[in-house]
Amino acid sequence: MTGIRLSVPETATRGEVVEIKALIRHPMESGFRRGSRGEVIERDIITRFECDLNGALVFASDFHPAIAANPLITFHMRATESGELTFRWTDQNAEVWSDTASITVA
Amino acid sequence: MGNKPLFQTTRRQLLTAGGGALLIAASPLKALAAEADLLRARADLFGDRPIREGRVTVTLPPIAENGHSVPLTVSVDSPMTEDDYVKQIAILSPRNPLPLIAQFHLTPLSGKAEVSSRIRMSGTQAIQAVAEMNDGSLWSGSMETVVTLAACVVL
Amino acid sequence: MMRILWSSALLVAAACTPEANRPEHLEIAPDQIQSGYAFLTSETQQLQEDSFENPGYLWVDRGAQIFTAETDGSPACASCHSNGLEGAATNYPKVDPGTGALLNLEGRINQCRVEHQNAEPWPYESDELLSITAYVAEQSKGMAMNIAVDDTNRPYVNQGRDYFLTRRGQFNLSCQQCHTENWGKQLRGDTISQGHGNGFPAYRLEWQSIGSLHRRLRDCDTGVRAEPLPYGDPTYIAVELYLATRARGLEIETPAVRR
Repeated sequence: MTGIRLSVPETATRGEVVEIKALIRHPMESGFRRGSRGEVIERDIITRFECDLNGALVFASDFHPAIAANPLITFHMRATESGELTFRWTDQNAEVWSDTASITVA
Repeated sequence: MGNKPLFQTTRRQLLTAGGGALLIAASPLKALAAEADLLRARADLFGDRPIREGRVTVTLPPIAENGHSVPLTVSVDSPMTEDDYVKQIAILSPRNPLPLIAQFHLTPLSGKAEVSSRIRMSGTQAIQAVAEMNDGSLWSGSMETVVTLAACVVL
Repeated sequence: MMRILWSSALLVAAACTPEANRPEHLEIAPDQIQSGYAFLTSETQQLQEDSFENPGYLWVDRGAQIFTAETDGSPACASCHSNGLEGAATNYPKVDPGTGALLNLEGRINQCRVEHQNAEPWPYESDELLSITAYVAEQSKGMAMNIAVDDTNRPYVNQGRDYFLTRRGQFNLSCQQCHTENWGKQLRGDTISQGHGNGFPAYRLEWQSIGSLHRRLRDCDTGVRAEPLPYGDPTYIAVELYLATRARGLEIETPAVRR
């Protein structure tokens, strides 16, 4: 049920810096909200995001409860080689969601 | 009718106690506590290494539509080469329940030290970003955003 | 004694004239009609315009999957609607010719599920119903809401308008007082919109999720400290119809981003 959206250019010239965006559907429940009876709603957040190209880390981020729901992350990559970008989200219970996108570098 | 003097005293006591509570809630003590949390979080991350202001630009809307989701961009002036790059950018809040919002880990492959996301802000405050370079030096920047209450607060 | 009788008589007389309690029906000048989009900050407007970053698209994506999915041998929506549903949302709410009941988009989708897909209706605010409704409405994004008032739907339009004009709740406010008489003014940190509802299901920052127009109406009622009606209530569907006519051809913006 988790939706993932990726924005990756299909092609790039060698040395060009490209913008990459990754969006995932997740409530990022902060643990600070209370329900209608005053009960604490338990924290449930994604804690780590990683992006690698052909296995080499490009960018990573540690998320804490103040990252908004349905977290969006926009970062950059210098296009060095063609290959597969792997996007990985890990939550506080070590559950992992991932997706991939290809990029061709000429 | 015979209880009247007793009731008056109790009411006065209640009003004073209530007024005192209001004073404490509105006092700068709460704000100072949150600021102290931010300083502690910075110390946990970077020890007592000096942090210089500059090279880091934090971009937030001047007025947030809603504190639940505020678009943030942080960029650091850096060539992002193998020898000179930004290792980490920490995003900190002086007012949220937790001072650390996120840490962005960059590599020379990042190419450009610019990251955007959406953050939660519990009230008007200046969000701070501290960038750690590969040589260990630390730079910071910040920007204040006004966060207001929604019109029809559904409590 | 006579004074008490005279006051009572006056009171009774006042209560027996309901028109005295209902304010005059005012309208926003046609050239001043504006979508809720106009009352957003520029950053939020950009977010709505960005077809990648707009979080509402996470539900539209899921809706697209649901549209083409077969379940337990039941046909997929796409098997009948192979040409898509562009423009369909502009005509809703609409009176169902078979039953005479007023159906909004959610109701029509559920009716399809029951009658043509041998499936259970999805409850309001369920992930599935939100996703498929957002998907269908998004197919009409940019198209003008197009509802003609005629003899079949006029009673429902009137019912919706009556609700819109009636004061309710502890704050004793009617929809008209804020959204027709005071739009553009500040209420706490917000600028009051005209309350058209042309972008629903919409991603509301306050909800951190997409939600239906009924959820928004329930929040409005709660906002004036009135008891909200249940999801799917026919009165809310009548209000939806009245709002669609009141919007005088505003474009559908689903998935809109609102605060």
